[in-house]
Amino acid sequence: MSVTQQELDEFRRDVSAWLTENNPGDPGYLLPESFMEVGTDRQFEYLRSWQQKVYEAGYLGMAWPEAYGGGGQAQVFQDIVTQEMAQQRVPFMTNTIGLNWAGPLILQRGSEAEKNKYIKGILSAEDIWAQGFSEPDHGSDLGNAQTKAIRDGDDYVINGSKIWTSLGSYAKYMILLARTSTDGPNKYAGLSFFLAPMQTEGITPQPIKKLTSEFGFCQTYFDNARIPADCLMGAEGEGWSIAMATLMFERGNVGGQAGGMAVMDVNVNDVLELARRSTRNGKPALEDPLIRDQMVKLMIEAKSNSLMNQRSKIPALASDYQGAVPMSGKLRGTELKRRFCQFAINLQGADGARFVSNEAVDGGKWQRLYFNSFSATIGGGTSQIQANIIGERVLGLPKS
Amino acid sequence: MSKDIEFSEEQAMLLDSAREFSKNQSSIDLVRARLDDDRAIPVDVWAAMTELGWGGIVIPEEHGGLGLGFSHLVPIVECMGRQLMASPLIWSAIAAHALSLAGTDDQKSRWLPATAAGAIGTMALMEEGGSWDLSTPICTAKLADHHLVLSGTKVFVEDANIADFIIVSVLLEGQPRLVLIEASSIDAAAVNREVIIDETRRSYRLTLDGIQVPKSNLLQTIDFTEIELAAMLLLSAEMAGGHASTLDLIVEYLKTRKQFDRYIGSYQALKHPTVDILIGLEASRSHVYHAATGFDADTDDHRELAVRMAKVVASEGCAFAGDRAIQFHGGFGFTFECDAQLYLRRALWGQHQFGDEVHQRTLLAPLILGQTG
Repeated sequence: MSVTQQELDEFRRDVSAWLTENNPGDPGYLLPESFMEVGTDRQFEYLRSWQQKVYEAGYLGMAWPEAYGGGGQAQVFQDIVTQEMAQQRVPFMTNTIGLNWAGPLILQRGSEAEKNKYIKGILSAEDIWAQGFSEPDHGSDLGNAQTKAIRDGDDYVINGSKIWTSLGSYAKYMILLARTSTDGPNKYAGLSFFLAPMQTEGITPQPIKKLTSEFGFCQTYFDNARIPADCLMGAEGEGWSIAMATLMFERGNVGGQAGGMAVMDVNVNDVLELARRSTRNGKPALEDPLIRDQMVKLMIEAKSNSLMNQRSKIPALASDYQGAVPMSGKLRGTELKRRFCQFAINLQGADGARFVSNEAVDGGKWQRLYFNSFSATIGGGTSQIQANIIGERVLGLPKS
Repeated sequence: MSKDIEFSEEQAMLLDSAREFSKNQSSIDLVRARLDDDRAIPVDVWAAMTELGWGGIVIPEEHGGLGLGFSHLVPIVECMGRQLMASPLIWSAIAAHALSLAGTDDQKSRWLPATAAGAIGTMALMEEGGSWDLSTPICTAKLADHHLVLSGTKVFVEDANIADFIIVSVLLEGQPRLVLIEASSIDAAAVNREVIIDETRRSYRLTLDGIQVPKSNLLQTIDFTEIELAAMLLLSAEMAGGHASTLDLIVEYLKTRKQFDRYIGSYQALKHPTVDILIGLEASRSHVYHAATGFDADTDDHRELAVRMAKVVASEGCAFAGDRAIQFHGGFGFTFECDAQLYLRRALWGQHQFGDEVHQRTLLAPLILGQTG
């Protein structure tokens, strides 16, 4: 499939115009920063109908196969749409787990029946997806999952609980990692992977109040919940390998996601913009040499991250240790965001002590951003676990 | 600032051959064996580098060079940095660059083809007191008939003992200028070896008092920032290379050294900073090749911005890697025998040439943040 630059330029202009015309705009209340913070029905409905509109316009899942509801086009078109969405700062695509993790996973490893059943609903936001990996007692140690799935006739009976279920109250399906066996050579061998229907008796998503006072996550309880046996993806015992494949999509180590942003885009330039209009002790913050130095450090670090991605795509300049750039993407990106949000609060003088309210700088957006930034430095494997993974898989260091 | 990283087939070939060459010609044993020599590198190795055409990479074709520019020298210097290889290549290239930009026709035709063919040039820009401001030299040149009479002292002049010519910065009639001095005009007593932190290099103090050169040795007026940027680009490339080898050294030790019955690499207190060093290396090489892209063509702010950022990231990362390499080698790291010190010393040299991170960030602030206040 060869596409001319002219076609791409035209396409970009069309997308840009469409987004300008159809941007749903400010709803009059603070929107969540990501799919993990969708805490009220009005936020959810607003975001769901926006995703639906984008999909119907043909701007989502553009590179996914046409047969299942995708656009069947080259990835480059979807990338352009995603770039333009970021550029125009339209709201994010709320069915993130479906679009970016479960969807590409099903397309990669799912059966024909699974593709037919799930893909279109993911794109149209009709079927919201949640993830059931982490458990209350095992945070980053996924392999130690204790939620049980016991085969009983045509069903599996699920018992246990999962935590950090984003969109749990709205989800129709869950990608679920559960233990079908305690035998086997190691803890990974007994794990299996399910595409589980949430509207099942015995499955109860219980909203969790977060450090920001927002809702958005659930703890999901399974109490003798019976799900059909054909919800099993792959074979029993393949759960760990399928979960790892899912994490590759989740961490952006491999492509295939449906497109669109998954979070409200906030970057270091927004902090610079805040710095320009901030004062400390009555003087412009950017006249303070220490503030200037910190701002420059953050700008350089952000530049490092974008340059790394560029350089790692040039084979002759490949990393000495293969995978160093993609494997560290989550660690670098999330830690930088946490620190620049922290800095954004430091810029505010005494007002740094305010929280979401009319009196706060930008309505308290930066305080909320800083608190929520921990969801990404903790979720999907904490930064400390990421460092272990990079040390072991990329540098080949012995296991901790 | 958004310019992409470009890297051509030709650059990739240079990278490959330089990797091979510097591995062969600058193994760690050879590096150690050369520490006590008068020359940083033997004559035959320099001849082999000349044979490969490296001396002419930044010299325009009409003056006997290859006209490829600094973007093509960067991969070579990175490879040399990996092997702790010291050679007159960096400073010869910078001296040639100064001549290309500001030399008179006579100076160019006399020295550029010669440099491409292996003549050694260097520059004397620094003075006592440790200032990085190159634009206000204290050394002077005074016009006397058809001669320039020089006075003052230059420091950190690399390879001054073997250079065929040295380009020095002086104040002439209140203006900062460059003057070319041929080796034959310099008395041996005017060149004195300095004790410096990087023992792979040869650095000298050059006394200008008593040196006089023909007036025709004056170069045309030039913004010294041009020289500074070229030097910083190459130093950053060299540091990125050193950073890479420091990481290798650490990783190898962490995988093989046992303490308390465990490989020390299994301890997160060592593993996590090593991952930081890896990420720093990825950043450093990315900035270096970003700065190299377009360095030879651009005339806007992009070059200064890109090069100063590269200098910040390269020297910060390399110095951190060297520092941790000593610590992670434990008692062995405290000895001269452990190679970690060679890398740390190299890093500290590079870090303090042309401005450390604080200095660079101070200069970057108006470029990145815009004029504020």
